[in-house]
Amino acid sequence: MSDNSKQISTETANSIQIEAKAKRREARQLLLISTVSVLVFLCLWELAVRAGWIDSKYLCAPTMVVETFLQKLTDPKPDGAVLGVHIITSLRLVLVGYLTAVIIGVPLGLIMGYYHTFDKLVSPIFEIVRPIPPIAWIPLSIIWLGVGTTAKAFIIFLAAFVPCVINSYTGVKLTPVVYLNVAKTSGASNWEVFWTVSRNYAMPLAFTGIQVALGNAWSTLVASELLAATAGLGYMIQQGRSLVRPDVIIVGMLTIGVIGAILTTLLSKLENHVVKWRSRA
Amino acid sequence: MENQEIKVQVNHLTKRFGDLLVLNDISFNIKKGEFVCIVGPTGCGKTTFLNLLTRLIDPTEGEILIDGEPADPKKHSISFVFQEPSAFPWLTAQQNIEYGLRIKKKSSEEIAAQSEKIIGLLGLEKYRNAYPHEMSVSMEQRVVIGRAFALNPDLLLMDEPYGQMDIKMRYYLEDEVIRLWQATGSTVLFITHNLEEATYLAERVLILSNKPANIKANINVDLPRPRKVSDPEFIKIRKEITDMIKWW
Repeated sequence: MSDNSKQISTETANSIQIEAKAKRREARQLLLISTVSVLVFLCLWELAVRAGWIDSKYLCAPTMVVETFLQKLTDPKPDGAVLGVHIITSLRLVLVGYLTAVIIGVPLGLIMGYYHTFDKLVSPIFEIVRPIPPIAWIPLSIIWLGVGTTAKAFIIFLAAFVPCVINSYTGVKLTPVVYLNVAKTSGASNWEVFWTVSRNYAMPLAFTGIQVALGNAWSTLVASELLAATAGLGYMIQQGRSLVRPDVIIVGMLTIGVIGAILTTLLSKLENHVVKWRSRA
Repeated sequence: MENQEIKVQVNHLTKRFGDLLVLNDISFNIKKGEFVCIVGPTGCGKTTFLNLLTRLIDPTEGEILIDGEPADPKKHSISFVFQEPSAFPWLTAQQNIEYGLRIKKKSSEEIAAQSEKIIGLLGLEKYRNAYPHEMSVSMEQRVVIGRAFALNPDLLLMDEPYGQMDIKMRYYLEDEVIRLWQATGSTVLFITHNLEEATYLAERVLILSNKPANIKANINVDLPRPRKVSDPEFIKIRKEITDMIKWW
């Protein structure tokens, strides 16, 4: 019997090693493909502008974007602030709205998913609010909160809040009955079943919601900075439009994209740490 | 066995869902440390029967007593090994084994000692930190069985836990469950369709009738261990059980 057990154990260890190797190789290949595709895209773009296929009034070349980017690191012209100030202003705005949405939305979704009475209490209101686009809240938020940071963060909060609630809620609802029964037959209280089973089971889906919320928060940034701003990446883009400076607009857009990508990567790392048990198969 | 104390008493257990009578006046006792197998036709109400024993649902009539008191998972230690894999995917093998002990608020020393004992008995030392998705189905089911035995349960219910295993793994796990049962002295109620498995494992086999289910027969399997499926005595008892269920 012990030989049998050892054989099973060795086979399992070997298959885990082979699988890990294959995954590393696949990751390297994917990185190479992604890099090549970006380089090809940039070359075609540069060529299109330089060859005059596209009027530089409408779209500047990537090299011009790089030039403007480097200039904006130290020069507040033409939009009134250096890039660092725009980034900090926007980042603060997004993080306040986004983190508030995560802190309130995830627990709310988890509890709504588990406690039927609470679900019935909150769901009707949530279902009415859910389909309203965050931008539609701008006029009301100006009346309620003025045109300061709070109003802008509120718009971002609304954009990030909905996916946090829905995904956490769905994660709890999808908990297999067998896991709930294991906890119940072990003598777990209702709260312990929620805390030790449903909450854990919901985490991967909740994190998907948190990721979607981050995308929503960034994409609402420009709209929220339509409210009287003096700095911020959204404001910088608006100024670029007024001054007919596509290079400034593209630097603003790419900065939003790069910071969004960095935040998404950091969030993925956090997710991998918190839900490291999830199968990557 | 005759002198052993009664651990579990099932008295006149009846369950109706509306007009449908599923279980009809079932009564039996299980002695402390006994290994009882229940065999019954598909759809006879075995799942209902198990859900009643674990108090996931309440009986229409009758009672289940553990040590003379009404069964209560919060008070008594009742473990359930389900047919489908049920190791929590977010816990490692060791954390899964410790789950019930933590719910029962055992001391950290007791949890450590008990999980070490079970991990040792299962030979899972190298895989204590593995997550279920890194395990085969059979290894996951072994962790689940370890989790159930770790509680030193007053009553351990096993619902066809090897239903998804091939025959080689099944023989191996049957020996393992016997080893765990002997080492922990738990009282086990094991549901199976497989008559050879019932004869191999049980000290006593209860045969359920078709719906509405009641206990049709009660057969003692008084064979030494380890049992051999080719032993004439083993074949005789298995045939006796087979003959009794021909009305299925």
